[in-house]
Amino acid sequence: MSNSKILANSVDVYYGSKQALFGISMDIKEKEVTALIGPSGCGKSTFLRCINRMNDLIEICKVSGSIKVDNEEIISDKTDVVSLRSKIGMVFQKPNPFPKSIFDNVAYGPTIHGLVDSKNDLEEIVHSSLKKAGLFDEVKDRLNEPGTSLSGGQQQRLCIARAIAVNPEIILMDEPCSALDPIATAIIEELIDELRLNYTIIIVTHSMQQAARVSQKTCFFHLGELIETGETNKIFTNPDNTKTQDYITGRFG
Amino acid sequence: MNNSVAKEKIVSLRKKRSLEDMRFKYYGFTAMCLSLAVLVFLLYTIFSKGYTAFQKTIVLLEVDYNQDVLKLTPDSSDEEMEKGKFFRVKKQAIENFFPNLSKSDIKLVKKLFSINADNEIKDYFLDNPEVINTKQQIWVTAHSDVDQLLKGNSRRDVSEDRRKLNDIQLSYVDQLVEENRVKQVFNNFFFTKADSRHPEIAGVAGSFMGSLFTLFTVFILSFPIAIGASVYLEEFAPKNRITELIEVNISNLAAVPSIVFGLLGLGVLLNVFGLPRSTPLVGGSVLALMTLPTIIIACRASLKAVPPSIKEGALAVGATKTQAVFHHVVPLALPGTLTGTIIGLAQALGETAPLIMIGMIAFIPNIPTGLTEPSAALPVQIYLWVESAERGFQEKSAAAIMVILIFLFMMNAIAVFLRNRFERKW
Repeated sequence: MSNSKILANSVDVYYGSKQALFGISMDIKEKEVTALIGPSGCGKSTFLRCINRMNDLIEICKVSGSIKVDNEEIISDKTDVVSLRSKIGMVFQKPNPFPKSIFDNVAYGPTIHGLVDSKNDLEEIVHSSLKKAGLFDEVKDRLNEPGTSLSGGQQQRLCIARAIAVNPEIILMDEPCSALDPIATAIIEELIDELRLNYTIIIVTHSMQQAARVSQKTCFFHLGELIETGETNKIFTNPDNTKTQDYITGRFG
Repeated sequence: MNNSVAKEKIVSLRKKRSLEDMRFKYYGFTAMCLSLAVLVFLLYTIFSKGYTAFQKTIVLLEVDYNQDVLKLTPDSSDEEMEKGKFFRVKKQAIENFFPNLSKSDIKLVKKLFSINADNEIKDYFLDNPEVINTKQQIWVTAHSDVDQLLKGNSRRDVSEDRRKLNDIQLSYVDQLVEENRVKQVFNNFFFTKADSRHPEIAGVAGSFMGSLFTLFTVFILSFPIAIGASVYLEEFAPKNRITELIEVNISNLAAVPSIVFGLLGLGVLLNVFGLPRSTPLVGGSVLALMTLPTIIIACRASLKAVPPSIKEGALAVGATKTQAVFHHVVPLALPGTLTGTIIGLAQALGETAPLIMIGMIAFIPNIPTGLTEPSAALPVQIYLWVESAERGFQEKSAAAIMVILIFLFMMNAIAVFLRNRFERKW
């Protein structure tokens, strides 16, 4: 099918002396949605945050192993974290728009990266990003209102627009719908389906239905280990591992 | 235990518990009333003692601007007019009003007028030079002793040797009162003049300006340093022993007695660096050191209160750490920091001890116009006046306390306003 975009090889993560991830190896294909599922505390968010080096923020967190994005090693002191993050956008569990206007929220990324030369360019990027995030029609008359005045689902789409605005190749989503109602969730899921045409998406989710609906590949984590990875269809209908079987049928987790 | 016994127990204990509730409510209410009463009593004392300071007594004199007495001519230049012999026209006016005075009595009567009366007669003339060789009715400021007597602050029914004014002077005052030549007006001197040895012309303008300059220095020095230190400690510093030690010592610094900072100012700023003594520059520097921990603690608390998700959001779109902090975290922490700063400044405004150490207790009879001019400060001015033996200074100190309280009240009001206006709830 398509090429591998992210290649993880025996990634170990320690929080202080406690090991959170045990030798995770994974191959993530370009322009696909990969869902990471598993019970709470199994390390799926930790793994996600390794990919854009968000774990750097946690001082006691140590990452070893290798993650290659486009064949470039990113678990290294030489990695330019800032440009890595402009290539890999992230959407968080709780919508976290900046307490600024809707326009400024989206414009912030392009502005700091110097992607635009004129005000018109900026406006164009903001508008197209909002359109791609499916939010433009709802907010086009109030771009100057604070982003925090939007509803939860709209805020989350604003955050997606903010991530898209810097033109990333990969979007990481850390339980993007856990704080949303079913209708807002459905809208975001539809959006993810559209975004997959242009971006490689990795989504952490607690909802197995969601994983089944939006993803092409699914990875099942348990207690810091990657138990099984494969086509979503296969994982949900005929998993190889009994633990996966037990989890998706609701016997634990 | 069966059901009915349990119910009974619950009911009986319930009564005790609600009684406890009532009692506690009552204690709290009493405590609040008590503190309110003390506050009201304090304000009442200050106000009742101080409000008379906003009035002064003036006396009507008929002044003859005779050119021979003044040693001036209608053609005199401004400079010559400055040097006119105005004390002679005042003396003449007094003699005209109380004819047939002996020489010693003239001395006594002259003491009923403020030392500033000559100036007032002169100022009137300088404003209206055309009055030369005419007689003018001029209100001049009375001496503080007369002022205090008429305000009822000093008693006349004690023996003569315990009074400021003797019997002869009292009779002259009574004569002035009888002829309606005395009245009480708004005391503009209190707000326009600096300190003076003479209570009737002493004001808070000098110390007020001194306090303003001092606070300005405090703000300029402590605000940027405090923000820099807090941002570094909160966002950039590695979490290790040294950082911990610094953090603990900032809290310790906040608890250091202010006079120690005064000694530091005296020993280092004055004696080592040779900065000018008694100036707002030095006073402000010392108070800035004292205020620094307060602002740092407030600033760090507000930085901590900014949710990390905001910073994460900025970092996730590729902001550098500095950009994330200064574009997003610091602006959100600013209202809280400003509130803390104003409270720190209010503390600095009321601080006396360190200013005494660096010589801002000197008697400064003029209004400072810059940071490097000797000046007083409001709290020190109050201290100086409370110490003075002159009765006229008693009401002044109470009035100066009112001024400083209003100043503080306004600063706190600004802090509350900023907090309500800009503070975000997450």
